[in-house]
Amino acid sequence: MDELMTVVEWSRAQFALTAIYHWLFVPLTLGLSVIVAVMESIYVKTQSEKWLAATKFWMTLFGINFAIGVATGMILEFEFGTNWSNYSWFVGDIFGAPLAIEGLLAFFMESTFVAVMFFGWNKVSPRFHLAATWLTAIGASISALWILVANSWMQYPVGMEFDPAQMRNVMDDFWALFSGVAINKFLHATLSGWALSGVFVIGVSCWMLFKGRNREFAVRSIKVGAWVGLTGLLLTMYTGDGSAVEVTKTQPMKLAAMEGLYRGTTEQGLVAVGMVNPDKKWNDTQDEYLFDITIPYGLSILAKHDPKAFVPGIADIVEGIDVNETGDTINTVGYAERIARGKAAHEALRDFDKARAAGNLTLENEARERLMKDYPYFGYGYFDSVDEAIPPVAMTFYSFRIMVVLGSYFLLFYLIVLLSLYWKKLPIEQARWLQVIAIVSVPFMWVCSEAGWVVAEVGRQPWTVQDLLPTRAAISSIPASSVITTFWLFAGIFTVLLVAEVSIMMRQISKKSTTNLQTAYV
Amino acid sequence: MTLEYLQNYWWVLISILGALLVFLLFVQGGQSMLLGTRSKERRDLIANSMGRKWELTFTTLVVFGGAFFASFPLFYSTSFGGAYWLWVLILFTFVGQAVSYEYRRKKGNIYGTGFYDLLLFLNGSVGCILLGVAVSMFFFGADFTVTRGNLLDTASPVISRWGEGHGFEAIFDWQNLVLGFAVLFLARTMACLYMMNNISQDRSFFASLKRGVLLNGGLFLIFFLWFLTMLLLADGYTVTTGSYGYNETVTITPYFYLNNYIRLWWAGIALLIGVVMVLYSFIRSIMADHYTQGIWWAGIGVFLVVASLFWVAGFGGGAYYPSLSDPMSSLTIRNSSSSHFTLTVMSWVSLIIPFVLGYIWYAWASMDRHKLTSVELEEASHKY
Repeated sequence: MDELMTVVEWSRAQFALTAIYHWLFVPLTLGLSVIVAVMESIYVKTQSEKWLAATKFWMTLFGINFAIGVATGMILEFEFGTNWSNYSWFVGDIFGAPLAIEGLLAFFMESTFVAVMFFGWNKVSPRFHLAATWLTAIGASISALWILVANSWMQYPVGMEFDPAQMRNVMDDFWALFSGVAINKFLHATLSGWALSGVFVIGVSCWMLFKGRNREFAVRSIKVGAWVGLTGLLLTMYTGDGSAVEVTKTQPMKLAAMEGLYRGTTEQGLVAVGMVNPDKKWNDTQDEYLFDITIPYGLSILAKHDPKAFVPGIADIVEGIDVNETGDTINTVGYAERIARGKAAHEALRDFDKARAAGNLTLENEARERLMKDYPYFGYGYFDSVDEAIPPVAMTFYSFRIMVVLGSYFLLFYLIVLLSLYWKKLPIEQARWLQVIAIVSVPFMWVCSEAGWVVAEVGRQPWTVQDLLPTRAAISSIPASSVITTFWLFAGIFTVLLVAEVSIMMRQISKKSTTNLQTAYV
Repeated sequence: MTLEYLQNYWWVLISILGALLVFLLFVQGGQSMLLGTRSKERRDLIANSMGRKWELTFTTLVVFGGAFFASFPLFYSTSFGGAYWLWVLILFTFVGQAVSYEYRRKKGNIYGTGFYDLLLFLNGSVGCILLGVAVSMFFFGADFTVTRGNLLDTASPVISRWGEGHGFEAIFDWQNLVLGFAVLFLARTMACLYMMNNISQDRSFFASLKRGVLLNGGLFLIFFLWFLTMLLLADGYTVTTGSYGYNETVTITPYFYLNNYIRLWWAGIALLIGVVMVLYSFIRSIMADHYTQGIWWAGIGVFLVVASLFWVAGFGGGAYYPSLSDPMSSLTIRNSSSSHFTLTVMSWVSLIIPFVLGYIWYAWASMDRHKLTSVELEEASHKY
């Protein structure tokens, strides 16, 4: 079991490493492609050289970032096979389809039109070029749609049934994949890319203002970046609210971990600032927080849009306690019972397999009936203790707060930047303090974005597929030493390439900022 | 449509993607020449000629993987999770490729152009060989077992298990390496043919590319004929399928692939036509004074040959992924596919393929109207 868990933990670490690196580049691709497309649209409409110069400048940075995003993305796709072999079989019938469709609909679109975007300036008409730029941006978003549909399905598995004869799940409703969870997640993640890119564009432009270079170009870029970014951020917040409601319905344990909440009540408050007690266990009487400042009714509103609603905590969920809409306490299926029923499902599947091998149809049908009754808890059958089914609380709790606090900060940031663009008493060209804040803010936007993914992925542990397949049953049969070695190899190569990317990006910004960005350069 | 029909349809699509991928490996072939090219101007021309197509090859590889996952998930879980080191090494070489074109000549790239050209070389050479090794296992087998019941073993729940080599044993198997080197020299030959068509160059560069076709094409033919001879003389598994797609019996059949080429006569004809087209392309490109259309003849020929190889692997009652350790675990297109529902959904999606091919063709026809020149490279706002 030790070897198994070592493989599980290192496989998780490798996937997390790849996903974290990948998400450094993807949101910038998603947002910057839109900003570049907007700038080029203005250029095509106005025929102004200034806008052509702006388009080309940001397109160069887009290209540097795009390449490394492609590289890390490919690794993620193949890691489902290399490191999560059982997963690939158990739900490959459902999960594989969005990946294939992503490749067919999005990757070819991106790879074809990104080439036209970079190399087609003097080879195709301006309108064809503009179409290519927009299609690159659309392709990136379509790609995000399919991979996020796939990710959402892992968190809220629907549209399938279990086939005991093949010991895997098979799809029975394709459109069910587009659940509320999926739509919210797609919009939330994609639009956060717009918000991130807006901060990036503003930060780089403010650096030019700070250095006294290309002031008009910088202000022009800030305008586009700020409007696209603010739009993205507001919609990210709106869909984030939708995601919270969906999580409450489909993954209540994740919501409880996000809040570090062990015993819920009606009119549940939301911890605005606090520290979770690291020694707290779900079944002891210690305080949940070392300290906390709570917003009254906050969590009830966030989770159920009702200030009086009951929100269950971790202990409530483990014990199977909930309160219905009329305020009556009701019993749900507690974790101890889930584990027992999961094991019963395993036993029924074993019996089914034996009966089928023996050709005994009566026993086969009887076993199938038992299996289907307990199948919703199949994944719990891999656990011996309810503790194994509780996600890491502290990491989920703090990541959620980092995301929300930084997200709120960036809303204020965007409002101030826009104010400085249109209010003559606070011109951004002269407000050096604002320029410094904008420059310093850039890395925090990435922290905010990555924190969101930590909430989503750590908060759903220990599941690869919610309730059906825990990480320990999803892995490949490979030695721990192999996974540890490849973890460090990937960590090394990603870091080497990230250093190069940042260096090239900074050099390009520095070099091009000294040229005249009022006219299109070659 | 029946499940059997859909399985066949998806195997054909996998064959097409695999064949397109091998054709597009000319990009890797060009990369493998970078380090051996002394002239900086020629190196840049090669990098820019290949670099404008790298994403097509890369995307085809990713879609090939995605399509395999969607249509034959048991292959995905067995091969990728089992031959771990083989696939991870392939991935490493492709990570390097993805950034190298963009970064190699950019100021501030820290490690210098040579570092990125080395990554491109590794992708172009080692990557090609390893892909050949991976495909070779479709015929000469691999060291794995599949036991679905393992899913219920909480201490060791993995259903597909591989031998202790975890892919290294496949890399160092000489039979697999023969196809690996065939793929490498094919990619290099195709790169020469592509550049003869894509780059407007001086006579000496053109002549060096012709020499490249002669040398690499000759080596390719040696390795390919070696592989083909082994294949036609090889034993294979004849599989009868039981309920739920499980293998009922697996028998070793002498000269399986030779017989399969005869039985599937259309695959045999595709192989013959493909080989003739490739040979015609090589010979005419070498003999003619200034023939630039060889890439198309060779491209179509390679497509037909590779597709026919996939067909004899998957069709005709055989196992397309034979297990050496437990023949009953061998993968067939019947026992490893997705469900009827998923294959149906994916088949509807596949109707978009002609449209995708259409816009790729249109975009590149617009872009490649004029050949690449050194002057264009000097003036371009974006170059590799």
